[in-house]
Amino acid sequence: MKTYDAVIIGAGHNGLTNAAYLAKAGLDVVIVEKNDYIGGAAVSRQLENGYWYSSCSYVCSMMRQVIHRDLNLTKHGLMLVPYLGTAAFGENGQTLMAYTAEGPAYNELKRFSAHDADAMYRLLADLDRYSTLIRKTLLRTPPDPGSFKPRDIKELMFLAKTFWEMGEAEIYEYIRFFTMSAAEFLDDYFENDFIKATMATPGIIGTALGVDSPGSAYILLHHVMGDVDGTIGAWGLARGGMGAISNALAGALQEHGGEIRTNAGVDQVLVKNGKAAGVVLENGDEIHAKLVVSNLDAKRTFTKIVDRDDLPPGIFERAKNFKIRGSSGKVNIALDGLPKFNGVPDNRYINRGGQAFIGSMEKLERAYDDWKRGKWSSDPFIESVIPSAWDPTVAPPGKHWMSNFIQYCPPQLADGPWTPEKRDAFGQTVIDKIERHSPGFKDLIVHMEVRTPYEIENEVGLTEGNIFQGELTIDQLLFNRPFPGYAQYRMPVKNMYMCGSSTHPGGGVSSACGANAAREILMDLKKPNTVPEDDCHDTQYNIF
Amino acid sequence: MSNYDAIIVGAGHNGLVCATLLAKAGKRVLVLEANASEGGLGASREFHEGFQVPMAHGAASFSSTVLKDLNLAGEGLSFSDALPTVGLSEDGNHVSVVGDSVTGALEADAAAYPAYRAKLKRYAKVLKSIWESTLPRLGAGGLAESLVYAKGALNVRMLGRDDMGEFVRVLTLPMRDLIDEVFEDPKLQGLLSWDGVIGNKMAPRSPNNAVLPLLLRMNGLHDGDHCVPNGGMNALNEALLSAAKKAGVTIRFDAPVAKFIIEGDENGQRATGVELASGEALEASTIVSSADPKTTFMKLVGTRHLDIQFTNRINRLRADGMVAKYHAALSELPKINGLDDLGGRLLIAPTFDAIEFAYDDAKYGEASEHPVMEITFPSLQDPSLAPDGKHVMSVNVMYAPYKEKSGWSDAARSAFLGRVVETLEKYIPGISSLVIAQELLTPADLEAEYHAYGGHWHHGELSLEQALMMRPTYYAAQYNTPIPGVYLCGAGAHPGGGMTGLPGRNAAREILK
Amino acid sequence: MTLNTTSSEDRFAGERLKRTPFYPRLKELNLREAWDEWNGYKFADHFYDTDYEYFCIRNQCGTYDITPMQKHLIEGPDAEAMLNRMVTRDMTKLRVNRVTYLCWCDDGGRMIDDGTIFRLGEEKFMLTCGSPSNAWLAKSAVGFDNVTITDITDDTAAIAFQGPVTCEVLKKMGLEGIENLKRFGIMTFPFEGETMIVSRTGFTGDLGYELWVPAELGLKMWDKLYAAGEDYGIQPVGEGAVNMARLEAGLIMPYLDFSEALKTVHYKHDQSPLMLNIGFTVDFKKPHFNGREALLAEKEKGLDYILTKLDIEGNKVAEEAILYAEEECKTEIGYVTSAMWSPAVKANIALAMVKPEYLEKEIWAEIYFYKELRPYRKMAICTVRDKPFYMPPHASQTPPAIF
Repeated sequence: MKTYDAVIIGAGHNGLTNAAYLAKAGLDVVIVEKNDYIGGAAVSRQLENGYWYSSCSYVCSMMRQVIHRDLNLTKHGLMLVPYLGTAAFGENGQTLMAYTAEGPAYNELKRFSAHDADAMYRLLADLDRYSTLIRKTLLRTPPDPGSFKPRDIKELMFLAKTFWEMGEAEIYEYIRFFTMSAAEFLDDYFENDFIKATMATPGIIGTALGVDSPGSAYILLHHVMGDVDGTIGAWGLARGGMGAISNALAGALQEHGGEIRTNAGVDQVLVKNGKAAGVVLENGDEIHAKLVVSNLDAKRTFTKIVDRDDLPPGIFERAKNFKIRGSSGKVNIALDGLPKFNGVPDNRYINRGGQAFIGSMEKLERAYDDWKRGKWSSDPFIESVIPSAWDPTVAPPGKHWMSNFIQYCPPQLADGPWTPEKRDAFGQTVIDKIERHSPGFKDLIVHMEVRTPYEIENEVGLTEGNIFQGELTIDQLLFNRPFPGYAQYRMPVKNMYMCGSSTHPGGGVSSACGANAAREILMDLKKPNTVPEDDCHDTQYNIF
Repeated sequence: MSNYDAIIVGAGHNGLVCATLLAKAGKRVLVLEANASEGGLGASREFHEGFQVPMAHGAASFSSTVLKDLNLAGEGLSFSDALPTVGLSEDGNHVSVVGDSVTGALEADAAAYPAYRAKLKRYAKVLKSIWESTLPRLGAGGLAESLVYAKGALNVRMLGRDDMGEFVRVLTLPMRDLIDEVFEDPKLQGLLSWDGVIGNKMAPRSPNNAVLPLLLRMNGLHDGDHCVPNGGMNALNEALLSAAKKAGVTIRFDAPVAKFIIEGDENGQRATGVELASGEALEASTIVSSADPKTTFMKLVGTRHLDIQFTNRINRLRADGMVAKYHAALSELPKINGLDDLGGRLLIAPTFDAIEFAYDDAKYGEASEHPVMEITFPSLQDPSLAPDGKHVMSVNVMYAPYKEKSGWSDAARSAFLGRVVETLEKYIPGISSLVIAQELLTPADLEAEYHAYGGHWHHGELSLEQALMMRPTYYAAQYNTPIPGVYLCGAGAHPGGGMTGLPGRNAAREILK
Repeated sequence: MTLNTTSSEDRFAGERLKRTPFYPRLKELNLREAWDEWNGYKFADHFYDTDYEYFCIRNQCGTYDITPMQKHLIEGPDAEAMLNRMVTRDMTKLRVNRVTYLCWCDDGGRMIDDGTIFRLGEEKFMLTCGSPSNAWLAKSAVGFDNVTITDITDDTAAIAFQGPVTCEVLKKMGLEGIENLKRFGIMTFPFEGETMIVSRTGFTGDLGYELWVPAELGLKMWDKLYAAGEDYGIQPVGEGAVNMARLEAGLIMPYLDFSEALKTVHYKHDQSPLMLNIGFTVDFKKPHFNGREALLAEKEKGLDYILTKLDIEGNKVAEEAILYAEEECKTEIGYVTSAMWSPAVKANIALAMVKPEYLEKEIWAEIYFYKELRPYRKMAICTVRDKPFYMPPHASQTPPAIF
């Protein structure tokens, strides 16, 4: 029976990236996927005739451009197109157009507050500074602070130096920013509640924290540190939907001779003599490989597909305690036409962007309070986009589909398990809220797919439906991700690796985790390193 | 010619510690206190004729180093053994924790507790040198100064590889995650959360800022277990006062300071004295403020003498109090079903969620619908606080936001008082019938009476962004301030609040440098 | 104010640039449709030709729409103290009806912006500057109870009127006594039931005035001024021409010669007023102002760079040139921030950041220039100048000489 060089579990974008880099380095790799389609949470699925939903992730800003170029993803069909902004909806009919371009953004904010329009520039510069620093670490393996290996010491020095070079005051500001709540952080810039709320929303997307929770300022940064061609904080769509990213990565993998098997869920990792030796599929088939890479989240990997007896003591408990909390839902809607939103002019620029149903700072926080009580938010934060408004490939001409990301929605309900009825009631909450800002919206609905954390976990395999494969709090970042001592992609079982978003640098369609894991694997195999280490696109300010 | 080398503003415990150490080093020191007696937020107050309560519940955080430096034992000060912390339960099945022992909780949890506590004790010890040092400015100090950090890092490294990883991980955990990983008993979970969240604007789910205050408390006596001075909290104030007087410190009561006198010329600015509310001016080249940083800078120094970004950092310090105080004069001690000894502290915080949901109200400027609380009966340690046979009860109540929506209108106040009494009655049936007199002090009241902005216990949240070399904020975190001659020695300075005495001690050392 | 864009007739209102009160005239005059953006306003880069407009400033008179420039009223008993702590100059020395050029810094002594302050009364000041400053002013006012700050940018129509004949035109316009207005002085005149403020200020180094009226009177002022100036060759000028004039006068420009500290990403990419060679605006005799300690420390330690006026050999404009200590480009000693050929003095001039220790030595500029799309490189020796390149006597005379 054939023995592969590597088997990768899970054909999400990080698994595909990892496999592609390994194949490119000459390894004989196979990637196995439990679903009958690849992509994990980066998919485009035709659930209604002619409409292609990006069922899970819906926006792309973190994709490492150096990987895009390195793996020839453009050749394999990937084209990223930036948003022009987001229409934000507040209370009492307030609308604010959060333009990506600074000029219009300034004039728009000035309608609400001259003070805040001015403060926007300082916020942009500060976020630029903070994110440039983090982006330098994205394609690097975190050092182990407990190790005395020259490489770890070198990497620690790199971190320290990068940090130090900011200058004394900025170091303090950075620490403050890293530990504060989004609300406190933004209070230093803005006086208008609605502007603050609009800026704060990235601080809660995908996390079980509120705008008032310390640590949410970092989440905010995580969502805006990506860039499209150097414009910091810009978001983009993948032409053809998020599946285009996975398909392009799969194309790169196959170009280098890699193999993809779908309908091949893994039941168990094969461990022989303390070493990973392959996987047993749910149908009983065995795939033998010299090493095993798991793209599943840390909790699922160590509590579901690795036998507890094969693990060193303590790892199972750590995996069990790994914070991976479901907090988001997704409602995908096929529409008969382009909806019209109150306060948003019929205007081709505004339409080329998202919609954010926000309310106020208090509404955002109260939405979180519901989650704490085991309920979906009765007045949730909804972050939407109608990709078909500027991507002609995802819906029939004149028709549209709308992606709605909902914060918050709990993985378990206080009043018992999720049922189809409760799921539909959740969906109803969402479209009721949209209808309030878009009278007649409901009449446009052709088809609707409602996904609670329960559906996301069952279908995609993300534990609790957490979109980051683990909370992005300080205790689970950098060398703590997923657990202290195991942040360098090597797992407690020999010849086994992790490459998913449970590892540094965390969630988002960045391909960084998969690439970093590939680098470590190639290093262990004593192969030349073909994975890029640095991807700092100069920002508008051309710094560092 | 000035009669004093240094003027200390405020006779709270930190002010007295600082004054004593300066006087011991030969400085002529004057302490100015706005109120009629010493102790500040650690003092006693008579809230009903013949009934007094100490404002602080315990001295668990007090630093043994400060005890030694001031030789407070020589003033007759001693402390009780560790006293139990009891999580009250409506059904009489209370959970009680003292030392390594846990009673009334799930057996597995009781068994797991010693290891959990040992771990935290280890981590508390690691930080000892950090708490007791001035933390230098990053990158601005010399080699000798950086040694403080090197030593701290070495202590962490000495934990060993795995434990060090764990230390770094748990440092930013919310109480809920820290506890949830080990314990399953809801009552024990609520109880153990308490010391990580009290005083600050946070709840068990709030990340980043819980473990540090907990470890600071554990740096005190009995590893953070509840304890009181023998003879009651007043004994501590009296010992501090007596030590100060013995060292030659002059203390003036009823002498509120209106502002610092800052003189300026082409050589810049410097403090030359203080002006009292009475208009009297007193000269000294060193002015040490034990007032909270917001009051110190915004009011006493005045923003026109300070840089703008600095001013704004001070102005935005998170220092809005969250704890109200409820005091009751009791005709006798209550009987609590299932609990004989009322000498410890009693908590009404039955679950994580009880605390969390109480907090949720406060986020929107509302006093908690279902408050959580910490109860003591100080007259058990100090019978002189109440007439013979009678007692006083002191309760810390969370959450009572400083900026209450209505500005603490009479209606809001009496509604909240009603909820406090109702909650107490639920857990201590019959208590209301024993009440002779009562008072509720909201953070706004505490601010008015004790001159601490926001009525905040710790003179500002002890959260990571305003802790360590950033407490209260950078460029004022080494006890000196941007104004030459002005120093900080209160809980708003490193290492922070909770009656440790360390800010006063560290400040004195810095001033004497 | 309505916050709803649906109330607007224009469905592209959000994307479109705002228009100043002078727009109806500017639109007619901007023959080349050469528009630019300044603080959200549409304003002209040039109307017909930059060089021609430049010569209007030097030879006759030009009008420059400064409505987008930020204007803030600062009033109240604490206004002087608040500003005195914010800015580098001593505001107690600024008399009523006088204007002063100054700058303000962050706590680190890095320059946030430069601008002018008009003392309109004992307790009334107007601050003008290039970039929005509301947030910084709000921060600066924290702790001062008796001061109000109002952004009057959108409510004020303002024209910079510059050139050797401007005084004559204003006289003809009926501004009695204007010839006696000294540099940095302010006069007020009744205008259509309101007040027109005239200050003898500008950004060109030439004789010039700035005229301020409520926004709704903007067009009336424009028409009156143009009627008076018709025989004197009055001409609207755009940013291009003003930028040339200011460089000849040695004045600094944000985004070219300095980056505003609060919008700078890297702390080494902003500058202090000492580095920008406007140390004359920094009054260390004041016991305190924002950034004083940091600036003193910088002064003591020595500057990394200092903004220097350079006269460069030849005629190849040294835009974006890097400076070296020797012709062989071994030691980098600075960089050019603005450069041009000066039509007035026929010299190849530049402003540059130079390491102070090299000021007395040879300075070489590495210049890239194009001839018919093909780039060439040239090394040119630079001479340090300490006076503005162009400083006509009529700019400072009172009354100004009649051209």
